[in-house]
Amino acid sequence: MSKTLAFEEPIVKLREKINELEEYTAVNDVDLSSEIVNLKNRLVKLETDIYESMEPWDRVQVARHPERPTTMDYITRLFEDFIEFHGDRNFGDDEAIIGGIASFEEMPITIIGHQRGKDTKENVRRNFGMPHPEGYRKALRLMKQAEKFHRPIICFIDTKGAYPGKAAEERGQSEAIARNLVEMAGLKVPVISIVIGEGGSGGALALGVANHIHMLENSTYSVISPEGAASILWKDPSLAKQAAEAMKITAPDLKEMNIIDEIIPEVLGGAHRDANKQSVEIRSTLRRSLKTLCELTSDELIDNRYNKFRSIGVFSE
Amino acid sequence: MSIKELFKKKSKVDQHTIPSAKSKADVPEGIMTKCPECKHVILTKDLLKNGKVCPSCQHHYKMTAQERIDHLFDEGSFESMDDHLKTENPLDFPSYTEKVEADAKATGLNEAVLTGVGRIQDTLVAVAVMDAHFRMGSMGSVVGEKITRAVEKATELGIPMLIFSASGGARMQEGVISLMQMAKVSVALERHANKGLLYISIMTYPTTGGVSASFASVGDINLAEPKALIGFAGRRVIEQTVREKLPEDFQTAEFLLNHGQLDAVVHRNDMPEEMNKILKLHARKGAVLV
Repeated sequence: MSKTLAFEEPIVKLREKINELEEYTAVNDVDLSSEIVNLKNRLVKLETDIYESMEPWDRVQVARHPERPTTMDYITRLFEDFIEFHGDRNFGDDEAIIGGIASFEEMPITIIGHQRGKDTKENVRRNFGMPHPEGYRKALRLMKQAEKFHRPIICFIDTKGAYPGKAAEERGQSEAIARNLVEMAGLKVPVISIVIGEGGSGGALALGVANHIHMLENSTYSVISPEGAASILWKDPSLAKQAAEAMKITAPDLKEMNIIDEIIPEVLGGAHRDANKQSVEIRSTLRRSLKTLCELTSDELIDNRYNKFRSIGVFSE
Repeated sequence: MSIKELFKKKSKVDQHTIPSAKSKADVPEGIMTKCPECKHVILTKDLLKNGKVCPSCQHHYKMTAQERIDHLFDEGSFESMDDHLKTENPLDFPSYTEKVEADAKATGLNEAVLTGVGRIQDTLVAVAVMDAHFRMGSMGSVVGEKITRAVEKATELGIPMLIFSASGGARMQEGVISLMQMAKVSVALERHANKGLLYISIMTYPTTGGVSASFASVGDINLAEPKALIGFAGRRVIEQTVREKLPEDFQTAEFLLNHGQLDAVVHRNDMPEEMNKILKLHARKGAVLV
């Protein structure tokens, strides 16, 4: 059983009770099958109730679930012949971002994504999916490569943010992110970004200047973490739950604000419950998106991206 | 009026001059100003004459957007744009509207950036000057929109774009919409660049967060004022993350110059001449030897 999140407690308790009864009937000669069926029906209802009325903070917890599928989990399920390419050709290889080429239903594509680790050891190597400048520069190199060979680009966004470290500043974290924003604007090939976990601020946006932006149902996209927002706005990081609501960071929020294109439905309880099933959902969105964008010319793609971001903002004249 | 009232002591409060919000917002107040760096005391009018630079230690005081324009542009040549845009409260943050309105009143600006078109020693340029006196120069929808429109104006007229950054970063109260302004300005700058036009970014105190991680860092030429604070993440956040003491000059203009992130650090009083040189050299694009 995977890690339980606070809002899932009632489900876990009921499931435990069912297990208990089942074990009891197995050992003792008592027929409780009708009770068990009843409880199982209740469980289904309870699960639907709870998972379909998730609060923003619940979604944050699911988005951060340690077993939530990562970029690599989706790469292996969605694409064939993936070859990873390394390095920014200037400084090093940042394992917080992975990239390479593969085929998607026979179509050659370039894939770039933030990569978290599955355990502590891998997380140290991948810096918990928080890139340094060389990560963004590798991403840009692969995007330019994709453009040269007319391959669509698919980005997976899954980061708490760009790494706030000394070395990152020295090597130009700001410039690396900023450069990607400008260069992505002018790419002559289709760009699709999918937020699969946390979309943390500039570090996420640096892979996000896309023609289509999709979000998994329980992913988040925000200018700052709920904890960070709470400490800046109310000087109290423990108000993160309230900040998660106030900042409007969930997929339905971003859809309502017209910033993203599609919400990709998650399997009940979250993507970590079934990465295979989740990949099927992503595949159908990706396929639709690619089909639409591949019909556009280079100029139309650039105009499309321009208009998309040009129109974001709320003000009056 | 009765005799009694005539002799009644007037309440003290009536006789106080209440300082206007505007004078509070401006750094030099009163006849004399004391430098926060070297404690040198100077006549405020002399400080203003010296471009708000301390003559003793060269400390660059914060400038308002209007002061920046007056300092650099040919007299009377600047025409502002989009002063009518008004900030909304998209996430319904309590007291956000009031805060913006108070800053608008104090600074005389509609938002944290002043944009327009004007001439620097006869060269026509479009410009955006951010003002850190307004919500710390943070970037919300109106700031993003004003800068984008200024860049589009530059593209349309085929003229250079100048952006003076002074910003703490994103506007928290506008959430992800604020984040997206980084992308909005960037797509506009890409079009400007694509036309072969010149973009000069000038970073002033402070240029941090989302502004540093977008338009401020991608000038064809990146300049900064001496000692300006420039960086992506806040010093305190980095110290907590890396658990080590950071060098004193960390994230200063000089630090960035040393690490290859800037073309030059330019003293404010040299800026008009340096800017003129750069603009004139670019105006002669394609000229050949005879």
